[in-house]
Amino acid sequence: MKHYGAKALLKGAVLSAVAAGSFATAAIADEQFFPLQSYRVGPYAAGGTGFFGGTIDYFNLINTRDGGVNGVKLTWEEGETQYEVERGVEVYERLKGRPNIAAWNPLSVGIAYAMIDRITQDRVPLITVNHGRTDSTDGRVFPYVFPLLLNPYSETSGIINYIASKEGGEEKLKGKKIVVLYHGSPYGKETIPIYELLKEKFGYEVQQIEVPHPGNEQQAQWLAIRRYKPDYVVLRGWGVMNPVAIKTAQKTGFPVDRIIGNVWSNSEEDVIPAGDAAIGYTAITTQASGADYPVLQEIVKTVYDGGKGNLEDKKRIGSVYHNLGIVNGILNVEAVRIAQKRFGNRTLTGDEVRWGFEHLQLDPKRVEELGAKGLFHSINVTWDNHEGDGLVTFQQWDGKKWNVVSDWIAPDWKLLRPIIEKSAEAYAKEKGIKIRTSEDADKVTELQGAASSAKN
Amino acid sequence: MESFDFPFFIEVLVGGLLSGIMYSLVAIGFVLIYKTSGVLNFAQGALLLFAALTFVSLLERGVPFWITFAVTLAIMAVIGILIERTVLRPLVNKPPITLFVATLGLAYVLEGGAQLLWGTQVHGLDLGIDDVPYVVGGVFISTFDLFAAAVAASIVLLLTIVFRYTRIGLAFRAVADDQFAALAIGLKLPVIWAAVWIAAGFVALVAGLLWGARLGVQFSLSLVVLKALPVLVLGGFDSILGAIVGGLLIGASEKLAEVYLGPFFGGGIESWFAYVFALAILLIRPSGLFGQRLVERT
Repeated sequence: MKHYGAKALLKGAVLSAVAAGSFATAAIADEQFFPLQSYRVGPYAAGGTGFFGGTIDYFNLINTRDGGVNGVKLTWEEGETQYEVERGVEVYERLKGRPNIAAWNPLSVGIAYAMIDRITQDRVPLITVNHGRTDSTDGRVFPYVFPLLLNPYSETSGIINYIASKEGGEEKLKGKKIVVLYHGSPYGKETIPIYELLKEKFGYEVQQIEVPHPGNEQQAQWLAIRRYKPDYVVLRGWGVMNPVAIKTAQKTGFPVDRIIGNVWSNSEEDVIPAGDAAIGYTAITTQASGADYPVLQEIVKTVYDGGKGNLEDKKRIGSVYHNLGIVNGILNVEAVRIAQKRFGNRTLTGDEVRWGFEHLQLDPKRVEELGAKGLFHSINVTWDNHEGDGLVTFQQWDGKKWNVVSDWIAPDWKLLRPIIEKSAEAYAKEKGIKIRTSEDADKVTELQGAASSAKN
Repeated sequence: MESFDFPFFIEVLVGGLLSGIMYSLVAIGFVLIYKTSGVLNFAQGALLLFAALTFVSLLERGVPFWITFAVTLAIMAVIGILIERTVLRPLVNKPPITLFVATLGLAYVLEGGAQLLWGTQVHGLDLGIDDVPYVVGGVFISTFDLFAAAVAASIVLLLTIVFRYTRIGLAFRAVADDQFAALAIGLKLPVIWAAVWIAAGFVALVAGLLWGARLGVQFSLSLVVLKALPVLVLGGFDSILGAIVGGLLIGASEKLAEVYLGPFFGGGIESWFAYVFALAILLIRPSGLFGQRLVERT
């Protein structure tokens, strides 16, 4: 019988041996390297194994089926972070010297924050799909950071728009009471200002309540919620906080179908531990769950049937985190492919891949060609919009699986953009950053990764 | 000014007391080890995780509930004996800090071992008790919390009977009083230590199941020790009664503080308030409310 831990341990030992050897210093032609700051043990391992498993499965599909991206093989190495910032930075320091780095994908707000200055010096993209610093959407100030598909403010707007649609229109939000129950961390606090701002626009009342990390005890918060008698509770949780919130809601008599989960409260791992209490719970998502999409079928056929699947438990194929990992893999690979069109079918520098991400425009037709129709909608990244206007949908848990219960919904980007720009400009002023123009964005360096920061 | 909502106050208080019982369950495991060996067993949370993960993994493989319980208990007993043989026995007569660090290492081994053996996936655990509330005079009381309180009371009763009325209990107390004197009269320290680690394993299993039913069985279970530490500081490291009273006090005070003081501090204060409260008590009573006062002659 095989298990994650055993495999991860073995993998770790092999990879450490490899890292210690000559491989670490030798430049290899026609390879594009992805350092993965993953977490396969610790409190957030379920999310880490699903997400990084999905990304690796997609890379394997590209290598096995297509022989890489236009002949350029994808390679990667994992470094265990346990979702801890200091470990994440340690992994960065260990892997930053590796040749041919395409992009970093830490899947952690804390690690991402700690890396922004470093990767900006290195000129290597930092991908924070569905999370990260909201104002990093502004590519004028954050050239190498990409909160792809959905930044926290867009998520908030999407949730409010969904509540409005449930109530029968934006005007019905007036006087409604909303509680935001957020994780006591920088991630959890990121959306506090935007809920207040949207309150001014829509006229709802809002109370924002913090749950201290890790969130395994929420009695006091839910009693306060019960006293406030809100119409909706938005759950901005992470890890164990989510099932505990759902169960405590039941314990205090709050109806679960009035709880809307955010994008990190939307997985099977968030609802299964809550049992029947989670039936009827709804959450936002940028990618659908399920394994019926052609790209997933190909992964099963080519990768898993070939014995290269990353998930030990095949039942998790098509789960929320796995599918997010696959979408993340698609976005990384397509950025490389788009950059190759300009720079040639060869190994690219980090800055060239950055250019690829800044032209990552996948319309629904291209998404369909990639076998991902319905899995996610589309993306339209530009040099100054690093989020890419991802659409969101809502899914409801029926006790066994998620069912989509809304159309694709667009957040209110026009409303959000000036706020994002203002915040980014303040950051630029504080850090003395020169605001980029489109001409600046079109220039690339051919130096690679840490070498480019050494040069500069 | 808004009038004081007394039923709400009662609801927060009762909810806090019942939460406190859950902390006490974890704290009792610490007390058992500390009482007989003077070791603050930092691995108690890891034991809890190991027990719950083993239990749920066997259950998911179709093993009947009570057989699963018995098998898990047997595994915890084996682990207890192994800990005594491989960790405690070689460290006899070493300073308490050495033993503490050993249990810290043990925690990593157990956490890693549990995940190596059973994987990292999150599991649901249904003990068949609905967590729906009773409404008594407008106050919501959780059925599950009442069940947990009954289980905690049963464990305390069981441990009291064992400690007071059995030979092994007498031996436990003798070792707790004075290890050297206990050795001098012929008590076998290794046997007693193994027995007490088995008992701690049993408490870990029960606490693991209750916490697992509430949180889901996942790595975060090992973090519930953070809830037990202020309970121990407050109640005393060597008193089962202290663990219960400490749990009740910590549970009630942190919930009341969160609701009534939290808004003045921006919310989310309960995690640190419990420690501040316990530290304040520590300044007045360094051994905790029920801990044995140490008298050292120089």
